Amino acid sequence: MGRYVIRRLLQMIPVFFGTTLLIFLMVNVMGDPIAGLCGDRRCDPATAAQLRAEFGLDKPVWQQYLTYMGNVFTGDFGTAFNGQKVTELMATAFPITIRLTLIAIVFEIVIGISLGVVTGLRRGRPVDTTVLVLTLVVISVPTFVTGLLLQLVLGVEWGIIKPSVSPQAPVNELLVPGLVLASVSLAYVTRLTRTSIAENARADYVRTATAKGLPRRRVVVRHLLRNSLIPVVTFIGTDVGALMGGAIVTERIFNIHGVGFQLYQGILRQNSQTVVGFVTILVLVFLAANLIVDLLYAVLDPRIRYA
Amino acid sequence: MPEPLSSDGAISPAGAGGAMDLAMAEGASLEKAPGGPQGTGPAGRPRSLWSDAWRDLRRNPVFIISGLIIVFLVVISLWPSLIASGDPLQADLDDAQKGSGPGHPFGYDPQGRDVYTRVVHGTRTSVTVGVCATLGVALLGSVLGGLAGFFGGWWDSVLSRITDVFFGIPVVLGGLVFLSVVTSSTVWPVVGFIVLLGWPQIARIARGSVITAKQNDYVQAARALGASNSRMMLRHITPNAVAPVIVVATIALGTYIALEATLSYLGVGLKPPAVSWGIDISDASPYIRNAPHMLLWPAGALAVTVLAFIMLGDAVRDALDPKLR
Amino acid sequence: MRGATQAKWAACAVAVALAATACGGGDDSGGGGSGADGIVSSSWGDPQNPLEPANTNEVQGGKVLDMIFRGLKKYDPKTGEARNMLAEKIETTDSQNFTVTLKDGWTFSNGEKVTAASFVDAWNYGAALKNNQKNAFFFAQIDGYDKAHPESGSASTDKLSGLKVVDDRTFTVRLSQKFSLWPDTLGYPAFAPLPKAFFTDHDAWLAKPVGNGPYAIDNYAKGSAMNLRRWDEYPGTDKARNGGIDLKVYTDNNTAYTDLTAGNLDLVDDVPASQLKNVSSDLGDRYINTPAGIIQTLAFPFYEAAWDTPEAAKVRQGLSMAINREQITSQIFQKTRTPASDWTSPVLGAEGGFKKGLCGSSCVYDKAAAKKLIDDNGGIPGGQLKIAYNADTGSHKEWVDAVCNSVNNVMGDNEACVSSPVGTFADFRSQVSQQKLSSAWRAGWQMDYPLIQNFLQPLYYTNASSNDGKWSDKKFDGLIDQANAETDKAKAVSTFQEAEKVMVEQMPVIPLWYQNGSAGYSDRIGNVALNPFSVPVYDQITVG
Repeated sequence: MGRYVIRRLLQMIPVFFGTTLLIFLMVNVMGDPIAGLCGDRRCDPATAAQLRAEFGLDKPVWQQYLTYMGNVFTGDFGTAFNGQKVTELMATAFPITIRLTLIAIVFEIVIGISLGVVTGLRRGRPVDTTVLVLTLVVISVPTFVTGLLLQLVLGVEWGIIKPSVSPQAPVNELLVPGLVLASVSLAYVTRLTRTSIAENARADYVRTATAKGLPRRRVVVRHLLRNSLIPVVTFIGTDVGALMGGAIVTERIFNIHGVGFQLYQGILRQNSQTVVGFVTILVLVFLAANLIVDLLYAVLDPRIRYA
Repeated sequence: MPEPLSSDGAISPAGAGGAMDLAMAEGASLEKAPGGPQGTGPAGRPRSLWSDAWRDLRRNPVFIISGLIIVFLVVISLWPSLIASGDPLQADLDDAQKGSGPGHPFGYDPQGRDVYTRVVHGTRTSVTVGVCATLGVALLGSVLGGLAGFFGGWWDSVLSRITDVFFGIPVVLGGLVFLSVVTSSTVWPVVGFIVLLGWPQIARIARGSVITAKQNDYVQAARALGASNSRMMLRHITPNAVAPVIVVATIALGTYIALEATLSYLGVGLKPPAVSWGIDISDASPYIRNAPHMLLWPAGALAVTVLAFIMLGDAVRDALDPKLR
Repeated sequence: MRGATQAKWAACAVAVALAATACGGGDDSGGGGSGADGIVSSSWGDPQNPLEPANTNEVQGGKVLDMIFRGLKKYDPKTGEARNMLAEKIETTDSQNFTVTLKDGWTFSNGEKVTAASFVDAWNYGAALKNNQKNAFFFAQIDGYDKAHPESGSASTDKLSGLKVVDDRTFTVRLSQKFSLWPDTLGYPAFAPLPKAFFTDHDAWLAKPVGNGPYAIDNYAKGSAMNLRRWDEYPGTDKARNGGIDLKVYTDNNTAYTDLTAGNLDLVDDVPASQLKNVSSDLGDRYINTPAGIIQTLAFPFYEAAWDTPEAAKVRQGLSMAINREQITSQIFQKTRTPASDWTSPVLGAEGGFKKGLCGSSCVYDKAAAKKLIDDNGGIPGGQLKIAYNADTGSHKEWVDAVCNSVNNVMGDNEACVSSPVGTFADFRSQVSQQKLSSAWRAGWQMDYPLIQNFLQPLYYTNASSNDGKWSDKKFDGLIDQANAETDKAKAVSTFQEAEKVMVEQMPVIPLWYQNGSAGYSDRIGNVALNPFSVPVYDQITVG
């Protein structure tokens, strides 16, 4: 187990370099970021050249990458075009996004798995059909529509929530954005759990457990659910990264200044220092989540062993 | 990487036994000529999995309804002018955002184009994007994920880490980089892009369920009996590991159609003058307060399509699963 | 305009796109208090560049500079006329050597006196190449600019030789060429004075800028909010009539507007087009819509041979007549744009050179005539008109689509014109400036100061700094030179208008519409107005 974890941690190194290099190249391919800094006017050539030199954009890409990585290892993630340190941006953005992501995941787990268990145990009954139709509506309406609608109804018409989130982003203000963020994944989790539960509900060990006279609740939670969770856990694990980086739409609608917002802004302004910095952290989070998921496999299914 | 040892007694491996019986019976039946005259009955009758599934499906109302919807969608994708003779690009700005009127049942969009005509003509693009992207993602993802899960070891390490790298690419960045250089106004660049960024999700799921399926006694038994890797994968593991993939893929179909909307919104999706539900949804969304009908119809069409594919996926999956008979 | 020879005009084209969308600010409650100490909460966008005066070229940063700085001159919020602020007098005998005398009694909000050195040091800083100031070209008329900021290579000095401090309240400026209207450019924030702290502890200053305006920054949380409070010792006449302004960054102006309707925000200075339909039911008369010095046009590539022919000029006239400006401005923009009929802006006024209808029938929608003009002159070059725009900011898609549909209806071909989105503004600008576009693109111009010259010379003079399409016409250039040399203002204006008439024939860009500034506000505040640069006049807002 210990050796397995160490091996996985070592494997993160090539992934880390691969991803940062890929992102670095991609931002570079997008072209000259300086052209966007002077509004609808052409930048004066001397200033543009000077800016390129300052951000190191006049060097070949490989050299830029090496310099950047060198700086990263000394804790210097560079500077955004507006003069702000990228580490400063991260320090404000990540706590907010982590809160938002946690809320979304809690929604996924609590609502998604509960609905999945209920529908899985009652396949084909009215409750199953109702939930199916509901999840479908959620899937087929894009997030920006769900978000705008909830904001309009809850925030303006009924005045239950504030339509936008304050810069401190306390948890209570993040509940609705979290729900919006979770909505599509919620549908996946429900459907995945339902399928797994339905499949395992007929398994002999469940029959045995029931026959043994165990209470139904115990059978469902300890035997059935535990054995049905592997695909669900895999999904939630992979979703962590997607939720953190993919909250662009939700963060925009509710005016949350988190990772999605910074990343989007960095991409639009073609600021490789911001983009690579944020993506690097996201990839690390993602790799950690994957490792945890793989370790959870063994917890959920003791037949899986890690050497 | 997960390297399963043989099952031990930590938890009762019961259940795997039942599955093994079924799997063996199924394995036996597969070698015989397909198609038996019998109705449903205990395992062991000489019928093939597929003909069995087909018998089930034919009598399943869910399958019939979803199948009919999909056939209808395919027909209007091929011949949209059958039910909408207008030109989806014809615009009269004076009609912008108007509600329904005679001859224009769904009203007009923000540019004064007929929403009904656009919804009908957008079917081809949206269904093509959804179906092709889903097929591509599902194939690529389950092959790569399945190989990683089945072989473990180096295969798993390398494939999983490649998956990780692709997962790290933000969709917006990828879209701006890969799609902004494209000038083609067809759907294929968008489909290719979705496959490129979408496969890791399925790959992770497939890997997880293959690892689970590999634990089952019938697989161990088949291995002990000397079955080849390819036989084990195709005959024993795939049918048992495919369910989560189908579930995720059918839901993903809807999100891919919606993703096309997001890409169009970013200016890197389908190039004008393409017509699609995604473009219409993104065009209409700012007007949700004043003219919800412009959003309602394309979003409704998207919902019905997704519903049809999810129901179909469910029905096919149930029919293919001998344990649920 | 008299002395404005070849001098590069201090022109700052603010990306209208950025101005229109980067709208900002937002969090919880809508300020507090009432009466003279009431706080106003207002939308904001994250400034693109550090908040140095000579480095800010977009409206969001400009808003802040407008509140915390006062320069030698200030543009009147209503008329746009340049009036003395810190300057007691600016004297010249030869339109080339100027003597600036400062008023007594001005200090920065940290107590430091505003002296002649505060200006000279600030301008030297703004001009020096090593400081990367994006508005350095504002100082280009001053003698020695070519040494401090050479076109290429490294600077031999970081001081402008044309600037000399005489005493605490006096300094002299020598220009490299005669330019009698130069003092009128001094209302621009780039010319603001800077305190010593700016140079001695730059990082601390950037974290919390200190100026000499009616407001002082109380707290600045980069990327999310800025709290400005009235500076009670402010010596000027335009003291703030409220207790302060809380700027809140919004990433989407729809959210800002929603917050306004929900009562969480007092002022939104850019109402999104999609909300204009319900604005009167939401806000009643708490909505203003006033002309701003912004014009939107369609530009063409004259570096492409097909577009640089006499026939193509006729085709462009035809295209101009194929665009139903009335319909688009009322349906898409709900009349927050006015159909353009010249190449300037109504904010100039008739005296300043705005002339309604100068473009004549070429800017009036006429289906039949448009089609005939285009068809008779060989059709659209390349067979299809493609209008490039940036998709990330500014909601350009709707109107570009509408313009294309208008052209398509005229041509009876639904693919005669298609829009061509470019993902990011930076990419769009680099394609424009590197001449990669082979068909039309959207162009916007926000004036730097209310002079007709500013709407023509930087954009259409041969090889001018913002002549992206590379249009060139000897007759036009000659008339501009003639107008610049004119000493009588009325004559200069009419000569500029003669030059504009050349554009009617050639149609180097198609004028689309004049943009208005729009703002909505809560019932807590009053006396809200926008200046000709479409920035709210914050210091005049009253609370309660």
